[in-house]
Amino acid sequence: MSKPVVATASLAGCFGCHMSILDIDDRILKLIELVEFNKSPIDDIKTFTKQCDIGLIEGGCCNSENVENLKLFRKNCKILISVGECAIMGGLPAMRNGIPVKECLEEAYLKCPTVDDNIIPNDDELPMILDRVYPCHEIVKIDYFLPGCPPRADLIWEALVALLTGKELELPYEVVKFD
Amino acid sequence: MASLDAVVKQVVSKYGNDRTRLMDIITDVQTELGCVSDEAVAQIAKILDLSKVDVEGVITFYHFFTKTPRGKYTVYLNNSAVANMKGRAAIAKAFEDAVGCSFGRTTSDGLIGLYDTSCIGMNDQEPAAIINGVVFTNLTQEKVKEIVTGMKAGKDVKDLVKEYGDGANQSDLIRAMVKNNIMRKGPVLFAPYEQGSAIKAALSKKPEDVIEEIKIANLRGRGGAGFPTGMKWEFCRKAEGAKHYVICNADEGEPGTFKDRVILTELPHMLFEGMAIAGYAVGAQEGIIYLRAEYLYLKKYLEKVLEDLRAKNILGKNIAGKGFDFDIRIQMGAGAYVCGEESALIESAEGKRGEPRNRPPFPVQKGYLGYPTTVNNVETLCCAVRIMLEGGEWFAKMGTAQSKGTKLLSVSGDCQNPGIYEVEFGTTVNTLLEMVGGRTAKAVQVGGPSGTCISKKDFGRRICFDDLATGGSIIIIGPDRDLFEIVHNFMDFFVEESCGWCVPCRAGNVILKQKLEKIMSGKASTKDVQELEDWCKIVKATSRCGLGQTSPNPIYTTIQNFREMYEAKVKKDTDYVSTFDLLAAVEESCKAAGRIPKVEEH
Ligand SMILES: Cc1cc2nc3c(=O)[nH]c(=O)nc-3n(C[C@H](O)[C@H](O)[C@H](O)COP(=O)(O)O)c2cc1C
Ligand code: SF4
Ligand code: SF4
Repeated sequence: MSKPVVATASLAGCFGCHMSILDIDDRILKLIELVEFNKSPIDDIKTFTKQCDIGLIEGGCCNSENVENLKLFRKNCKILISVGECAIMGGLPAMRNGIPVKECLEEAYLKCPTVDDNIIPNDDELPMILDRVYPCHEIVKIDYFLPGCPPRADLIWEALVALLTGKELELPYEVVKFD
Repeated sequence: MASLDAVVKQVVSKYGNDRTRLMDIITDVQTELGCVSDEAVAQIAKILDLSKVDVEGVITFYHFFTKTPRGKYTVYLNNSAVANMKGRAAIAKAFEDAVGCSFGRTTSDGLIGLYDTSCIGMNDQEPAAIINGVVFTNLTQEKVKEIVTGMKAGKDVKDLVKEYGDGANQSDLIRAMVKNNIMRKGPVLFAPYEQGSAIKAALSKKPEDVIEEIKIANLRGRGGAGFPTGMKWEFCRKAEGAKHYVICNADEGEPGTFKDRVILTELPHMLFEGMAIAGYAVGAQEGIIYLRAEYLYLKKYLEKVLEDLRAKNILGKNIAGKGFDFDIRIQMGAGAYVCGEESALIESAEGKRGEPRNRPPFPVQKGYLGYPTTVNNVETLCCAVRIMLEGGEWFAKMGTAQSKGTKLLSVSGDCQNPGIYEVEFGTTVNTLLEMVGGRTAKAVQVGGPSGTCISKKDFGRRICFDDLATGGSIIIIGPDRDLFEIVHNFMDFFVEESCGWCVPCRAGNVILKQKLEKIMSGKASTKDVQELEDWCKIVKATSRCGLGQTSPNPIYTTIQNFREMYEAKVKKDTDYVSTFDLLAAVEESCKAAGRIPKVEEH
């Protein structure tokens, strides 16, 4: 039987959640035995080459490219998981949500003391900025949520193993306690 | 005009440079200067030896405090659900048209400001507004025009009141157009009584026996929570402290309640006498009545009543010659629903942000300024007066097993006779609907937004702590109303009034409201309703105080009692619907960057 296929993406995130995936330490070797990776920064595969079983999403959506990518993941993954606060709630990037996007752009590109060409980038190649940062589940259906900033490696590991083996997920208090 | 420094200095010294009187200091500075600017904040902080943030934190907490001018005339138009039922939208538009600015703003000449405000306790005579502390009720578009013309002509707001309400509303010290709308008088509150007779009866007993009598009556708090009053007083009496305090909770913030307003207007003597009885029982010599800012129009009158009672020796030193001293001061609030919660109320009375405290210690152990304090609702204290006169057994003959005596209900919404009704505990909703002319109701909101929304099948249930508990708010919802709109209004209220201290309430109510909006928009699945219900449970279970623990109730109880309404709105053929609209989402940023949105390939 072929191994289950996993894909991962970092949208409007800091890669901290991906680092936390790596934090499973030597279990990464076991993971490689258990699954095959497809589109993911972990193996640097840029495009989906086959239908995947599990998609792990870090970060919410702050621009049109994030949206496109997220929709692509939904299309190509049977199970989609929001990993971490940014994917689930918007997280740190969503701190801009209370400020009109125009003001944000002006502050960053026009008023900032370290810019001198004073133009809001407008190349068509660039992703378009969304009015606010959206959590993933507002854009596509998300099947599971792994909370934390980042979620602990143990939580990610346990969740993956549970999904892959069909075993009950064990969540000791320390793994889901956040203060 | 006196300089800012001089005004601040004079106000702060009026309150003995006492930081615990910060509410009064800010109120007075704002009255003098129109707002409390950064300069004023710095000056207050300096004199009181506080940080600027301490002062600013208080100002920004309360709805009626402001750092920027809100106009020589400031209109606060009630936006409660019942105000909407009674045509608020047209009134708001009339104000906007006549004034020439929109709500949330002040005219550029600084003359008139238009602002929304949560329920002002006038649900029986909506639409209503407060302008510079003066209440205007039953507003019509005509009246609005007249009022605005008057303001533009620079008239004193008081002179814009053309007619007066009934009873004490006509007295020189009130002169308000507010009507009492007393629709049903009962034996506890509205039977005649002789001023001073109850405190005399109490003083002829030992304090412990006063408490015993209250226990025999099985009196439970009328503010909503229904805690046994005798037990509360006993805890307070037994708690150690150099002093004890009695606080009357006249914050009456639950949308739809206005019964305390009527007691404060018609029975203030009874209330203050009740506070004295409580003082004697718990061993307090000082009482505070925390009066919501919306009832500022009653303040002068209440002060006069206090003076009268002192003159009659029902308050003051050596009351009735029995060696008991007790006096009362009025503490004004400044617009914050959460300040009705007793520990938040105490914080506020101490001149701080009205954020609830951790408990224990309970107020009866460590309350106002750290001293044992009993906080009681206006109506509860009036009940104590009657119990002193008629005895606990008399009182306990009325009502149900767990709820003795009568309850004063504030009835509003779709009925012929809105107003207050003193009914025996145990009265069914059906009987009440009959009484108030509201038989066509499709829903009744019992206990205000934080209570329960019941449907016809539950109209046989009884109003009492054993069944449908209420602090007094009864909102009747007629057959043609969109219940979603009402639930949404209630959620707006909780989002606005959450003190923000804890995440489940601060963020949870916003999430609940957004999810509700998703369902209302018709772009939701059955799963969204399930999720909404789950979120209700989370917010209820994890919030820190009563506000967050009950704020999901409008949604929670309508999902339970009107599930078909939710089901009619959702899509059944899918378990996920997105409301995301890419083109709309990128519109603003593309405009700012001067590019044309391209969304085809997404
Ligand atoms: C958010 C919130 C608002 C409240 N508002 C009021 C109020 O306006 N008036 C009141 O008497 N009690 C109010 N209460 C209840 C008080 O905390 C307290 O239980 C009551 O004043 C005690 O008096 P009682 O025992 O005589 O009812 C509120 C509670 C909460 C949680
Ligand atoms: S949840 Fe935390 S760790 Fe993960 S992407 Fe967001 S900020 Fe980084
Ligand atoms: S539940 Fe709401 S009102 Fe109560 S403490 Fe928390 S944030 Fe404040």
